[in-house]
Parts: sequence; C-alpha cells; structure tokens
Amino acid sequence: MTSEIVQKYFRIENLPHIWCPGCSNGVVTRALTVAIDELGLDQDNIVVVSGIGCSSRAPGYLDFNTLHTTHGRGLAFATGIKLANPKLDVILIAGDGDVSAIGGNHLIHAARRNIDITTIVFNNNIYGMTGGQYSPTTPTDAKGTTAPHGNIDKPFDIAQLATAAGATYASRTTAYHVNQMVKYFKDAITNKGFSMVEVASICPTYYGRKNKSGSGVQMMQTLKNDFIDRMAYDKLPEEKKAGKHLMGVFKNITLPEYTAEYQRVIEALQGGESNE
Amino acid sequence: MKSKDQLEVKINPDWCKGCGNCVSFCPTNVLAIDHHGKSTMVNREGCILCGMCEKLCPDFAIWIGGKEDE
Repeated sequence: MTSEIVQKYFRIENLPHIWCPGCSNGVVTRALTVAIDELGLDQDNIVVVSGIGCSSRAPGYLDFNTLHTTHGRGLAFATGIKLANPKLDVILIAGDGDVSAIGGNHLIHAARRNIDITTIVFNNNIYGMTGGQYSPTTPTDAKGTTAPHGNIDKPFDIAQLATAAGATYASRTTAYHVNQMVKYFKDAITNKGFSMVEVASICPTYYGRKNKSGSGVQMMQTLKNDFIDRMAYDKLPEEKKAGKHLMGVFKNITLPEYTAEYQRVIEALQGGESNE
Repeated sequence: MKSKDQLEVKINPDWCKGCGNCVSFCPTNVLAIDHHGKSTMVNREGCILCGMCEKLCPDFAIWIGGKEDE
C-alpha cells in the first residue's frame, strides 16, 4: 500500500527499503521518479546505474533497467551503456565517496567528454554504509570514525568539480528542497551532455551521531536553514554569510555531446561523406 | 485526476520508521507520532492536502491518495 508514483516506478516487492530512519535517500530517490514521471519518459528506455554505497542501493528499488556495479565505477559502466546504445536515458546514482574518491577520475573524465549521462550525487558528507569514515566531502573539523578528533582535510565541492571538469549542467540542491530538486533533475535529464545534480543529504546514523547534529528532522531543518541560493548569497550582508552553503545552478551551457560526435565519425567513415 | 474532496492523507504504518519528517514539516500540524512510534493523522479537517508529508517521507509511507483507494 503506497502512492501511485511509487507503485509505478518502484519494485514494491523490495520495499520497505533498508535505509535508516530519517535517512534522506528515500526522499531523493522518490523525487527522481517524480521528475521522470513529469518528463513523460519511457520507463523502459531509462537505465539507472550505481556503484557501491548506501545511495547506490537505490537502483535495486527502482523499476527501470538497473545496474548495480563496482565501487566508484558506475560512470565507467554508464559510459559503456550510453556508447553502446545512445538512445537510452542513462542516469547514475552515486554517493559522495563513490563519485569523488574512488570514482573521482571517472567523474572528471565523463564530465570532460560531455557524455549524455545524468549524475545524481547523494552527498551526505560521510561513508555511511561502512561505518562513518570521513569522505572527500566531510567538512574540515567534522568528525568521523576515522577522524575522531576532527577532519583536517578540506572538502571537495562536487558540483564545482564537475563544472571545472567540463560538465555542461551542474547544480546543487538539498534533500529538503524537493520541488527544486525535481526541477533540477528534469533540467539535468533534458540536457544533452554531462549533467550533475549534487543533493546535499543527511546521514543521521553516522554523520549526525558523530557530529551531534541532532535527529534526522533537525538535520533536515539545518539543510533548510543553511543552504541559500547562490544569487541570494551574493546580496547578503557580509555578517550573514558565515555558515551558509550555496545551492543553485552553477553551469548550464550547450556543447557537442560525446556519443553524437562519435556517431559523426562513424558516419563519415562509413558513408564517405567526410568533409575532411 | 481526482478533485480535492476525493483525496486524503494515507499512511502505511508497516513502512513508517517514525523519523518524524511529516510531523515536523507539516504546515498545519495535523500529524503526530503515535504510541507505536508511527505517523498518524490527528486532525483530518485541518489537512490542506499540500503534500509536504509525501515529499519529505523517506519511506514512501505517507501520501495523498483517493479516499476510495485500497
């Protein structure tokens, strides 16, 4: 017994899911199905790929063509799928550790190629599945099981990393801002090229307990309070900027897409209509 | 498409993990956590069917559905 949208896009027999009480992964996964539904995409033409991690369990609950791959390599598998059949809508679901640590190189090169894959990052700032180790997005001074006295690393800004590497669409929102999240997912899926939506998420079980961030509800409230649109942030007086995190669209441009360029080479060689 | 008077908030207690998102972010405060630790409707007349609970439920356990639905 659940909503029409969940009945349509989820494998009901696998629910309820195993994510912890208060974990925002379910919120983000459901928002993705709302975006797909609103775009009117063919369910059987969508491939959802993931690597390893809590967020990477999402495709197991989703009723599309789904692929649960090895740690960090989701984008490599997704690249293969997209090149083999460019007509497919390929979506990657990844966590912050998956996509920016072990999969960091796959991320920057998929972005550099501008291959038409939509990457959705569930950024909860920690490795939740393996017990709360700090990840590349854990803030400086925040605690993890492997940083009991506070993290000395500086965190990655994943959306800006994708932007710098060549993604043609990159944005950030939070698990609280569901309407904005759905809009960003739709824009990212529609963009012909590499798209990244980073969703600031919460892990009450590990990040929350280690850092005394409060309950899941309190952590959602923190997302609501601390994230501000980058345009609005610029207009804030200096004293109010402290502790704020930026969300919004960081890049949205059009550049030649990788599979289309590859097809152009194939046709030039096969049809003899090369201009070279 | 159902009209508003055919719709209501529905809850699946078997899937609810009692995180409290629906209770805390409901703009009209019509939900509560019951003694089993599950979300429950306490003021159906006050519900404006905004859907905030459905959007923020991580467990797909609360949603706006037809009154006649199973």
